[in-house]
Amino acid sequence: MSERAGRNGGGAVLELHDLSVRIPVSGGRWVEAVGGVTLTVGSAEIVGLVGESGCGKSTLGGAIMGLLPGGSRVAGEVLLRGQDLRGLAEEDYRRIRGDDIALVSQDPSASLDPTFPVGAQVAEAIRNHRDVSRRAARERAVELLRVVGIPDPGARYADPPHRFSGGMKQRVVIAAALANDPAVLIADEPTTALDVTIQAQILHLLRDLTVRSGTGVLLITHDLGVVAQVCDRVAVMYAGQVVEQGTVREVFAHPSHPYTRALLESQPAAHHRSGDLPVIPGRVPDLSEPPAGCRFAARCPRAHDRCAAPPPEIRTAGGGRVSCWLHHDTAREAR
Amino acid sequence: MTTTMTVTSGVRRARSAVGALPRSARAGAAILVVLAAVAVLAPLIAPHDPNAIDSARILAAPDLGHPFGSDALGRDVFSRTVFAFRTSLSIVFAAVAVASLVALPLGTLAGYFGGWVDQIISRPLDMLLVLPALLLAISLIAIVGPGSLVAALAIALIYLPILARVQRASALVVSQSGFVEGGRARGWSPLAVIRRHVVPNALGPLLVQAAILAGFAVQIEAALSFLGLGTQPPTPSLGLMLSDGRDVLTQAPWVEIFPGLAIAVVVLAFNLLGDGLRRHLDPQGVVS
Repeated sequence: MSERAGRNGGGAVLELHDLSVRIPVSGGRWVEAVGGVTLTVGSAEIVGLVGESGCGKSTLGGAIMGLLPGGSRVAGEVLLRGQDLRGLAEEDYRRIRGDDIALVSQDPSASLDPTFPVGAQVAEAIRNHRDVSRRAARERAVELLRVVGIPDPGARYADPPHRFSGGMKQRVVIAAALANDPAVLIADEPTTALDVTIQAQILHLLRDLTVRSGTGVLLITHDLGVVAQVCDRVAVMYAGQVVEQGTVREVFAHPSHPYTRALLESQPAAHHRSGDLPVIPGRVPDLSEPPAGCRFAARCPRAHDRCAAPPPEIRTAGGGRVSCWLHHDTAREAR
Repeated sequence: MTTTMTVTSGVRRARSAVGALPRSARAGAAILVVLAAVAVLAPLIAPHDPNAIDSARILAAPDLGHPFGSDALGRDVFSRTVFAFRTSLSIVFAAVAVASLVALPLGTLAGYFGGWVDQIISRPLDMLLVLPALLLAISLIAIVGPGSLVAALAIALIYLPILARVQRASALVVSQSGFVEGGRARGWSPLAVIRRHVVPNALGPLLVQAAILAGFAVQIEAALSFLGLGTQPPTPSLGLMLSDGRDVLTQAPWVEIFPGLAIAVVVLAFNLLGDGLRRHLDPQGVVS
């Protein structure tokens, strides 16, 4: 424990250690949606978690919130400011949700209750965790609406969600999520349902607010452009495992894992004027029976014999980490 | 200051909500308001004592003093119809209210939690659903004995599984929505999520179903009274009057026609209201 704390420094608000999630599916089988993820999020830091659909990104978010489908099994540690959340009783967990850890989910239209005024939904988020009067909660909610950029928040407080545009609704959701100054914010595809110009505004708002309050953000997305815009560090997820993590600058400039490289190459860019975009051949492995070795091996252009065994995690030159046999050699050579 | 403001805005919101209802719902509601007023004010509206027997007016035809004529005992049919509204609407209202209030929590819990909670709640209700409606009512009355209150309970028992299933289905749908997940993520307890998010959003179909079933409840009440299992004579009830009128249909059709028309009007009003509510609450559901 002490060694771990030392490695991560004092700033880590969320630490995941060897976190695995198994979800029951029909026929008594299990899917290992998350397989041994180790990840830290520091205070005022935005960590991007990227990967394609179904790679376990959202399940990881659910495991942190303690909101997984019934019957799921979680192994490993989820540490919030050093406290393991996994052993918590449901009632204690509830006290933490929406207070120390908050969630912003994908579809702002679905995350607001259509039957309540938006302001009341923000105010209730406060009153659920703070012993404050209705009037104080209301004032704070109006202030939060102003902070997230709702014009004339006092008057819009009483409006129902359907009077707001998608971007404005997501601002309200962010206001509710940040209402209690959470230590950790899990943003699960927060801008996927929004159009591109609104996307940038929401991302910058999210960054400004969390940096100011020291909130650590785990930004779950499939969009590398989003990561490039706002994240400090990035973790690349494939088939339930983090295959590479490091600073955004390092990972984008010098991707170490073949999957990261393929992902970056398949991104449309301004300089790719002609020709088809490169694609990654093959399919994601069936996670009810994950391969014993490297999970990317079957699709990897540089796979070789050793990939049948689980790849080692290796420090990269830039200070990141990559799980790939290819770097086993260079790391040894470098030594 | 602020309270008066919220009150007026509440009134304005209620008024605009009524204004936004389809015309059929407004018409149904208007008829029901009139009928409810008739029921409440029955003693003021009825020109005669509904149970006063007048041997001089046996099966007398309608005239100015007795617009609906008189029955086999010389009682004023108009006065009896007015009082019968009172009996029948009270029974219907009590039955639907009891059934809805029981169905609401049962259906909500079954839909929200699913799994074994759902099994424990839904399977016994399914057993009720298996029995034919009138048989269920007649069995209950056979055990407890006839009467207006028992008729109301019997109707409630018929409606309970129907309403609970409707509520279960809509609670199930609402439970999957983002704001329920969001409520959990904000640290609400399951009961708080249910109270704040599930019930307000899942209530619509139950209201619609209750309004439509209320129309049929008038018919069930009439049927039970007609069979002598509901309201007991001499208390006037629409079904009982229908039963009396059948015997003298050829000599004095007015004894049969007016309570029959009254039943038709009540059923029509509830159906208009229910149908309009359905269209209002679920605009996608409109087929025609």
